[in-house]
Amino acid sequence: MSSTGATVDERIKETSKLRKALIRPELGAIVGTIAVFLFFIIFAGDSGMFNAQGVMNWSTVSAQFVIIAVGACMLMIAGEFDLSVGSMIGFAGMSIAIFSVTLGWPVWFAILLTFAICIAIGALNGVIVVRTGLPSFIVTLAFLFILRGFTIFFPQLIERRTIIGGIAERAAGDWLAPVFGGKVGGFFFDWLASQGLIAVFERGTRAGEPIVNGIPMLIVWALGLMIVAHIVLTRTRFGNWVFAAGGDAQAARYVGVPVARVKILMFMFTAFCATVFATCQVMEFGSAGADRGLLKEFEAIIAVVIGGALLTGGYGSVIGAALGALIFGVVQQGLFFAGVESSLFRVFLGVILLFAVILNTYIRRIITGER
Amino acid sequence: MSSFDHNPIVEMRNIEKHFGPVIALNGVSFDIRPGECHCLLGDNGAGKSTFIKTMSGVHKPTRGDIFFEGQRMDFASPRDAMEAGIATVYQDLAMIPLMSVTRNFWMGREPIKRVGPFSFMDFSKANDVTMEEMRKMGINLRSPDQAVGTLSGGERQTVAIARAVYFGAKVLILDEPTSALGVRQTANVLATIDKVRKAGIGVVFITHNVRHAMAVGDRFTVLNRGKTLGTAQRGQITPEELQDLMAGGQELVALEGSLGGTV
Repeated sequence: MSSTGATVDERIKETSKLRKALIRPELGAIVGTIAVFLFFIIFAGDSGMFNAQGVMNWSTVSAQFVIIAVGACMLMIAGEFDLSVGSMIGFAGMSIAIFSVTLGWPVWFAILLTFAICIAIGALNGVIVVRTGLPSFIVTLAFLFILRGFTIFFPQLIERRTIIGGIAERAAGDWLAPVFGGKVGGFFFDWLASQGLIAVFERGTRAGEPIVNGIPMLIVWALGLMIVAHIVLTRTRFGNWVFAAGGDAQAARYVGVPVARVKILMFMFTAFCATVFATCQVMEFGSAGADRGLLKEFEAIIAVVIGGALLTGGYGSVIGAALGALIFGVVQQGLFFAGVESSLFRVFLGVILLFAVILNTYIRRIITGER
Repeated sequence: MSSFDHNPIVEMRNIEKHFGPVIALNGVSFDIRPGECHCLLGDNGAGKSTFIKTMSGVHKPTRGDIFFEGQRMDFASPRDAMEAGIATVYQDLAMIPLMSVTRNFWMGREPIKRVGPFSFMDFSKANDVTMEEMRKMGINLRSPDQAVGTLSGGERQTVAIARAVYFGAKVLILDEPTSALGVRQTANVLATIDKVRKAGIGVVFITHNVRHAMAVGDRFTVLNRGKTLGTAQRGQITPEELQDLMAGGQELVALEGSLGGTV
């Protein structure tokens, strides 16, 4: 054996820096994001989509998708699905409404109790999957129905209706509610308005105030969850275990990775994300409805797949999933700005999904040597 | 032969393993000394897998004793065996192809770097060690974040072996490492076994290929229908005789002499 450390294998082609930078799991999502923005700059550039109010509009919608996509992404990399996310959103919102409005408990207590209940249900999902070895697809499909059923049953039983309002009044003055329903950075937008950089209200009770008066906590949560999840996944020991649990659970067990614990924790994290979504939504609307969160589980999974994750686990990127969620939000709101029939949203989405996934599959084969 | 100056690291005496009414192992004795390559040969269904799983702590023997460095041992789990220094490289479960070489190499034992209250995986150390250990085994990686899926079968086995050696294995059990490989890759893996042996590690090489066994083996034990048919030293047995033994052959009686009375 030659002793020089820098022996170059003649069978490995020199790869350019550019190619190396491009060949990454998020490439499909990056290309999709650029395509979507170009499309709307061309077709809806002067519709108000890219002024302060317009940006805030699609950012907020995208942030909702990001929150659930981050949870779904981590879980999918760990090799499991959660189809109960949408039902969990409805269930969590209803739970906050019943505790705070119907039972009259303080809003902060209602929120914390709801988080505890939902994370426990997430853990239950995980324990059933890990213990029985059943596909998570089936187990969480059962919870999709169970949770949705309870979400409709309880408010009807207690209040004889399926929407409970009056949460905004109960939340006034609460210390925890603004963490989900508040806004931050108002002074910055006041300054922008005073500099004439963003529009102000010209009439009405809020005349003189900027049209956009702060960043909703929803967006802060989305960015925070994305950054934390990304760092945990790519930079920590636990992140390595998440990849290992999804890549090959048996091989991971052989080297001592606590696969069951990792998977259960990821189910709990997904439930946490769904509850954050629900709490922000309830605080924004001031009400909880039994049909909230319908189909969100699939939208989350689509965002994750656009983001380059492998459906069978062991491979993916949180940044990619967040970009997938951004594509979702921008397309949904952008078609509205462009004045396009909203049903075309689905067509557009289907096309993007297909293209991103084809591109992702190709890239993944290059990276991982799959054949 | 220097390896016979040492006491065995692991000694298995009259191991029996029953699964319900099925007797998978019916009195198997086997030992492994530092710096030797002890080949365990047997046809499919001979009980090789059950035997190494007993040795690596996956199965508990129904009867029989396991001695580790002279002490009686009772491994409760593979983790116990691993911590004692018995590392097993399974044929197809060695590596996760979607993950990088570094992530695979350190899986389950990631090095930690603390930053304030947070602990991160120390990638610069992990990458350096991985590259260095792979270089020692004669594989030059393009980069440590290269996915294992881009490596050849032989290279994957080598990563798994390098990992076990780096983490202090005293005994390395290789479950048919060459069975799915081409000629060249097989040669590489056999060369790796030789390197590991020279580092003073006891290698248990499971195979049903007599030629691969003869290439690196110091001792040969044949397993047939859950029993050991005897252990022969290098030079005491020809490939043809080993082949016949594995087949559980009719010429068994004729061979007893050449096995040195160890049957």
